Amino acid sequence: MKFRSQKIAYNFFALSMLLILLQITYGFIMAFAHMGYDGLHEWIPFNTATATHKNLLVVWILSGFMGAAYYIIPDEADRELVSPFWAKIQFWTFAIVGVIAVAGFHMGWFEGRKFLEIPRPLDYLVALNVVLFLVLILFTLLKGKKQTTTAWVLSMGLVFAALLYLPGMIYFENLAVDSFFRWWVVHLWVEGVWELIMGGILSYLLIRLTGVDREVIEKWLYVIVGLTFLSGILGTGHHYYYTGGPDYWLMIGGIFSSLEPLAFLGMTAFAVQMYRKGNKKHPNKLALFWTLNTAILSFLGAGLLGLAHTLPQVNLYTHGTLVTAMHGHLAFWGAYGSLVFAIISYAMPQMTGRKIYDNQIGNLAFWITNIGMLGMTTAFAAAGVSQVTLERIAGYEYMEAAKVMQPHFFVLIIAATVFTTGICLYIWNFIKFGKPVDEAIRTEDDSAFQAVTA
Amino acid sequence: MLSKKQAKTFFLGGTALFFLIFLALSIHSLKVGIPENTHPEKMTEQVELGRYLWDKNNCMGCHTIMGEGAYYAPELTRVYSRKGPDYIKAVLTAPDGWQPRGRKMVKYNFSDEEVEGLIAFFQWMNEAYLNGFPPKPQLYRPE
Ligand code: HEM
Ligand code: HEM
Ligand SMILES: [Fe+2]
Repeated sequence: MKFRSQKIAYNFFALSMLLILLQITYGFIMAFAHMGYDGLHEWIPFNTATATHKNLLVVWILSGFMGAAYYIIPDEADRELVSPFWAKIQFWTFAIVGVIAVAGFHMGWFEGRKFLEIPRPLDYLVALNVVLFLVLILFTLLKGKKQTTTAWVLSMGLVFAALLYLPGMIYFENLAVDSFFRWWVVHLWVEGVWELIMGGILSYLLIRLTGVDREVIEKWLYVIVGLTFLSGILGTGHHYYYTGGPDYWLMIGGIFSSLEPLAFLGMTAFAVQMYRKGNKKHPNKLALFWTLNTAILSFLGAGLLGLAHTLPQVNLYTHGTLVTAMHGHLAFWGAYGSLVFAIISYAMPQMTGRKIYDNQIGNLAFWITNIGMLGMTTAFAAAGVSQVTLERIAGYEYMEAAKVMQPHFFVLIIAATVFTTGICLYIWNFIKFGKPVDEAIRTEDDSAFQAVTA
Repeated sequence: MLSKKQAKTFFLGGTALFFLIFLALSIHSLKVGIPENTHPEKMTEQVELGRYLWDKNNCMGCHTIMGEGAYYAPELTRVYSRKGPDYIKAVLTAPDGWQPRGRKMVKYNFSDEEVEGLIAFFQWMNEAYLNGFPPKPQLYRPE
């Protein structure tokens, strides 16, 4: 850590850790309900649980991104954050709005649109908060000594993510139009601008961890985010097949969304290639593990499992079934969950000055979370395939099929328990690092080893 | 070999081009395609009330409609033709909340007007053309 103000990142990371635990709790509530044990129904009905699960997911990931930006931007721009005071305010207001939203879900106060359940009045507060965040980040970057490509890509990802939230705030009477714009938020986030954020953070981590020359890494960063938008923008069409849109989306969405895995494959090749070229001297092996994990699992979960149901001929049958949940879990975890874990693993030793890089708990957490999540993905896949076969092909009623699917939710719960164990270990490790301290500030670059030129 | 500058041009140029195409198609979809398929002229006040209740109660938090939502309860795009208005009314007004095969739906205290609104909303949805979704089950299934 080079600057005192980078310490604010810790708050966001800690919030992230807290919220993922809560998110998972609601996952269990839903999994048990699917299995037939819905004892909490009176207090936390499924629609409250699902709204909470999905929104906490988005919020802990965004909190991780914000922490990442507060850590990375001062470092890349080579100056203190413009106002640590306002950053603190931004943190606390962010946390408070989150608490109000989640409490509201439990009182039946929601907007009722998947992933955008936060009611509109709160949306304005979120927007205000994000504007404050962006002002702090952008001013720091612009006033800094350097404006690197990595910092720009990350910041632009954040700016566009904020802009794309706006169409999701408008009320449209026609449900099909409403859904059309909901995807401008959901799809253009995860398969568009969030990939800029991901590319930016990955490139920062690779520059620090592998020592490969910045110019080389940033060149490939452009290529990857170029591929993202080339495929991802028109790829939005894969959500317009069966939601009231005209039929040309079948063709356009099918072709372009099938190209989307290329961007993720690009990330994988990028990370693995830089790792191989690099000097492998950086002691923080765990951060490197998580970085490579992000690059590889995002291709599996988003790329391959996305491709599995993105062609209109397949999607006609899988659309709106647990097959989607299978993909949703591994994609979110592999691309964005793992990414947040990577930057936290990198930043914690730097911020706290405790160089416990390669410890057993951390290693265990790495393997157990990922194995658990792969198990969960498999359970969702089995449930999804039986749902498609029974409901969409054999014509069972929904609840008839749901009875057959129950054992898969038992497997889901087992795998989820493994996953949760891993998460708890990771959090334990996080707590063990303690709080960031000023003594951890070092004037020299923390990747203090020779750059490798490719 | 590709230079950083060329890579940047590829990124900016590609993004701008595909964004413009997307914008044009979106405008067409919103102005022509979606209205043709979903008949907004048939959205009466009742339908709008139903639509409003659909959001307000987060029905999508258990069900899917047009294949979007959660997977805890049945797809409702074609529920109007599959079950008919009387059945829907029974579901919405069940005194202890609807409980199909042991699974519990939230108990709602809808007024008659609200129930009619939701039914009108499902009827409107039923008439929307969705490029063949939901698919017809193909296997023969003896009763
Ligand atoms: C990191 C990137 C990605 C994430 C986090 C992600 C996540 C999700 C989520 C959560 C959904 C459900 C959305 C909803 O119903 O509201 C979804 C749907 C979908 N995703 Fe992805 N996805 C990613 C990338 C991809 C890619 C690259 C493809 C294609 C190659 C893809 C194909 C699809 C398709 C076809 C659906 C619609 C499923 C349906 O019809 O029900 N996704 N994705
Ligand atoms: C203990 C862990 C977890 C369990 C038991 C769990 C379980 C579930 C269940 C039962 C659903 C609802 C499916 C439905 O609509 O019926 C769901 C939805 C979802 N969960 Fe989880 N989850 C867990 C962790 C996670 C994590 C860590 C992530 C992200 C990294 C995640 C992302 C999602 C997403 C995106 C959806 C919506 C999927 C869709 O509708 O297509 N979950 N989860
Ligand atoms: Fe998508």
